[in-house]
Amino acid sequence: MLRYTIKRLLSLCISLAVASLVIFSVIEIAPGDPASFMLGMNAQPETLAALRTELGLDASKPERYLSWVGGLLTGDFGTSYTYRTPVADMIAARMWVSLPLALYALALSTLIAFPAGIYAASRRGRAGDLGVMGATQLGVAVPNFWFAMMLVLIFSINLRWFAAGGFVGWDKGLLAGLHALTLPAIALALPQAAILARVMRSSLLDVLGEDYMRTARAKGLTERQALWRHGLRNALIPVLTIIGLQFSFLLAGSIIIEQVFYLPGLGRLVFQSISARDLIVVESVVMLLVFSVILVNFLVDLAYAAVDPRLRSRT
Amino acid sequence: MNRNLIIGAALTGFFILAALVSFVWTPFDHTAMDIPNKLKGIGGDHLLGTDHFGRDILSMIMVGARTSIAVALVAVGIGMGLGIPLGLWAAARRGSLVDELIMRGNDLIFAFPSLVIAILITAIFGASAINAIIAIGIFNIPVFARITRGAALSLWEREFILAARVAGKSATRISVEHILPNVTNLLIVQSTIQFSLGILAEAGLSYVGLGAQPPTPSWGRMLADAQTLVSIAPHMALIPGFAIILTVLGLNLMGDGLRDYLDPRLRVARV
Repeated sequence: MLRYTIKRLLSLCISLAVASLVIFSVIEIAPGDPASFMLGMNAQPETLAALRTELGLDASKPERYLSWVGGLLTGDFGTSYTYRTPVADMIAARMWVSLPLALYALALSTLIAFPAGIYAASRRGRAGDLGVMGATQLGVAVPNFWFAMMLVLIFSINLRWFAAGGFVGWDKGLLAGLHALTLPAIALALPQAAILARVMRSSLLDVLGEDYMRTARAKGLTERQALWRHGLRNALIPVLTIIGLQFSFLLAGSIIIEQVFYLPGLGRLVFQSISARDLIVVESVVMLLVFSVILVNFLVDLAYAAVDPRLRSRT
Repeated sequence: MNRNLIIGAALTGFFILAALVSFVWTPFDHTAMDIPNKLKGIGGDHLLGTDHFGRDILSMIMVGARTSIAVALVAVGIGMGLGIPLGLWAAARRGSLVDELIMRGNDLIFAFPSLVIAILITAIFGASAINAIIAIGIFNIPVFARITRGAALSLWEREFILAARVAGKSATRISVEHILPNVTNLLIVQSTIQFSLGILAEAGLSYVGLGAQPPTPSWGRMLADAQTLVSIAPHMALIPGFAIILTVLGLNLMGDGLRDYLDPRLRVARV
């Protein structure tokens, strides 16, 4: 397991290095000089040059790349061109909305999908299965931001159970914070739950046909016991991958959902920064998103190997 | 013919037809504003009502179908055009450095959700439908590369491929003449799935302003316009939403149906 972990860790580092290089190069070719954008069209050449030195823009590209990556590693993401505040502080503040939202949605989608998938698999071909499958077919087709608007229409505007948008802040208490994130989390979670339930069902159905399940039944376990003791553990392997993949969709999805609910998260930060051409913020937020996707996939790989020892030797 | 395929093809065909008809006819000019008739509900002169500028929603949906379908179609084309050759190449040189590089490259692209790619492209070129196509297209490449490689790998072990190798055919010729025809069914099914994901992604990108720009109508932007008016004119949000859901549902059903129709043995978990 240790060798496997080291190997995966190495590939994680290479992926991160290449990803950072790609992001840096893309932002580099973006037109427009941040210094002249900040000072406007009538800026004096000397002032412009001074600001370029201050922002570190006059260094060579490799130097700037290294200083950016070095900064990322030490938690110094640079200074925002527009707000003149440390990017790390801006991201940290927004992170407290986006990350809990993605995790909340992940928890909800798992909580919905597992029982639904298990139920459908255990009633294969019967009305319950067809009902769940029909619902998931519809769930996959619904755009989450549209679903979010419908939730607002029903639960905020008509029933007045939730605020239509905005975030109260965690200092108002955990419950108040969670309450504000509930509609966004449901909107994010449902389409993902539909996908997860389908995977759970088909994975369980595959497992139920295996020889060891018959053995488990033959040694006297009831169908239910065999399912819980042997079936679920084996069925979880493909489900884990999908949960890992979903995390990246949830993070990216939360960028869109934050627009619907006017939540002050990373998504809004990135769109504000794009329109203000505050590219250093865009660069860092994108790197952070990509980092979290790569990290989660790495963790899923490890979880995989822990669940299924056969995989350790295979890769 | 199975039921999924028929329903799916009918739904998809309906929206493709609406998009095609919109080139020659729409009930009203989709850009014509008619303020006295703004926010009209469903029924009457304007069958699906009007928006906050009095524009005819049915006409906008028809023209918007063009945007959605074109973006998703070209994005699938990019994914197939680059992903399939890469997948075939990786499988032909399985275990080599080329294979490793292609697969690691795929992993890397997978780490960039299409929305993130769109954000990066917009940072450089500004928002447009072309950006949406590129962003979704890039995201499609590893999907097709992986699925092609996976299917091709098992084919390379088969006896008819061995026979072709003994006959002296090159790896390229074998890939094109024997491997590709045998993975086509799988790719057709996957392309309907990617097509439906493309419709959803395009809607999401135009909703946040990274896709098609005014005056080009798009379903996602219609939803963005509807957002602040949802309490007084819910039809503005409902209709584009239903258009997206029905198109995606149609494509997904068609994918399911095609899979069963083309190869009943194919039991790939649909996700």
